[in-house]
Amino acid sequence: MRECKIVSRKFEIPNSHTLAVAKAHGAYEAMQMMKEYSPLEIIQIIKDANLRGKGGGGASAGEKWELMPQNSEKPSFLAVNCDESEPGTFKDRQIISKDPHLLIEGILLTCYAIKAKHAYIYVRGEYKQYQDVLQNAIDEAYDAGLLKECDVTIHRGAGAYICGEKTALLESMEGKRGHPRLKPKQKEPEWFFGNPTLVNNVETIASVPFIVQNGAEAYREYGTEKSPGTLLFAMSGHVNKPGVYEAEFGTSMMEYINHYGGGIKNGKKLKALIPGGVSCGVLTAAECENLTLDYEALRNARSSLGTGGMIVMDEDTNMVEALKNILEFYHEESCGQCTPCREGTGWSDKLVGKILDKKATKEDLDKLLEIADTMNGKTICVFAPAVSAVIVSFVGKFRGEFEAVVSESKE
Amino acid sequence: MSFTFTDENLAKIKELKKRYPSPEALCLPCLWMAQRQDGFIKIDAIDEISKHTTLPPMEIYRVATFYTMFTLSPYEKLNVQVCKTLSCKLCGSDAILERLKSKDVNVTHVECLGSCGTAPVMQINDMNYENLTPDKVDSILEELS
Repeated sequence: MRECKIVSRKFEIPNSHTLAVAKAHGAYEAMQMMKEYSPLEIIQIIKDANLRGKGGGGASAGEKWELMPQNSEKPSFLAVNCDESEPGTFKDRQIISKDPHLLIEGILLTCYAIKAKHAYIYVRGEYKQYQDVLQNAIDEAYDAGLLKECDVTIHRGAGAYICGEKTALLESMEGKRGHPRLKPKQKEPEWFFGNPTLVNNVETIASVPFIVQNGAEAYREYGTEKSPGTLLFAMSGHVNKPGVYEAEFGTSMMEYINHYGGGIKNGKKLKALIPGGVSCGVLTAAECENLTLDYEALRNARSSLGTGGMIVMDEDTNMVEALKNILEFYHEESCGQCTPCREGTGWSDKLVGKILDKKATKEDLDKLLEIADTMNGKTICVFAPAVSAVIVSFVGKFRGEFEAVVSESKE
Repeated sequence: MSFTFTDENLAKIKELKKRYPSPEALCLPCLWMAQRQDGFIKIDAIDEISKHTTLPPMEIYRVATFYTMFTLSPYEKLNVQVCKTLSCKLCGSDAILERLKSKDVNVTHVECLGSCGTAPVMQINDMNYENLTPDKVDSILEELS
């Protein structure tokens, strides 16, 4: 397996979060290249590299940047999404705590390309200790005169999963509840107080310096044709060495788990795996066998790559309990704006609880799938469709286990 | 429950106002400052924040009750937040919760804290305590008391 370190290059270096150490290891070198290009040329490089958003969606970053007006009368903004709340995902915190200057450099390059004068970093409230490291780095950058043309401000969240959805994030920054906005019919930028705004994930922005400095071709050296580059994949759950390890797209899933994760804990067998945060459909061990880690392969397996944060479950895992745990999360985190989501998450959570309490009937299992169907495609954002897909994948792939628990019911 | 921002926070608010296109954006930052000042958000703080953000008090109340990290009543004891989401659950958060039952603290079950690779985890006063075992919980709480 080829080692590749584009974003994680400085992670192992002691004190790499300080400006002096980061600079000694090449930070802000891409800034010198920047002035050789026009903003539109930078956007073209990002498009040529086919950099895809690393927050879960995988949409083309360059195409998103192109939507930003180059000659706007209103000010343009960049909002960096560090609301990392998807269970199983803990990669952005590595960037802001171990190499914050890489993010700041990426922000400067991005702001130059989209002609923004102010960038906000929306950091989830629970990350205060990492946010402090990032704030120190920003202060250092101000003192060193690096932020003359562009301001950077941290905006602290306060514990709402949905604020990772880009429009909910902007609502939250505007001082409101984190309710996702209706999507426009045509492609357009996002809006922050009516001003054109670009929202990108931390890791997406942190990938920009490498691409600007080394060119699109150097980035495309890694990964597959359709999913170029690398991702900070992560593992948690029943593996020997959980953690974040950068790998190129197209890496074999099992090789990754065995090489970096040291295999399944206690010599057990793999039973199931959730590939990219709990919002992705669960995979059985058999499905994982020949799978590669890229957007296309995971989509073909009727799941999704998501954030690349894999949750590994061994042979002793009770899948009904696992689904209950996930549904409790969604029940708690639904923003409550759309009825199918607000009611559906609670209802399905209660139903699986009923199954676990051995008070369910066979009809309840069908009812669960019926609720899942009602939640799919009828809401403002993709929260409810994700819950729906999770329920269908768990019940569909482990139906025997669910039926066995149901059959133990008293009535 | 009268409330006024400290001079230090008033200076911060003034500084932050320059950094946003509209004062409504100060809603979350002001709520954080109010909570930090008193340990919880006093109801009178909402009127005060309304003046700085131009948002109606009801809107600020709506926001304060939406986000789980804001509290409108004080914690009587040390607040220990334990992550109960999947990775922590798989790695033994139940045993952590069990051990905490015997402690004189306020235990809150929270959703994913973003420490899945170092599970199980609990958060006390914005600090993460990772790779927990029941015995580690004992020593951490002893140190904090």
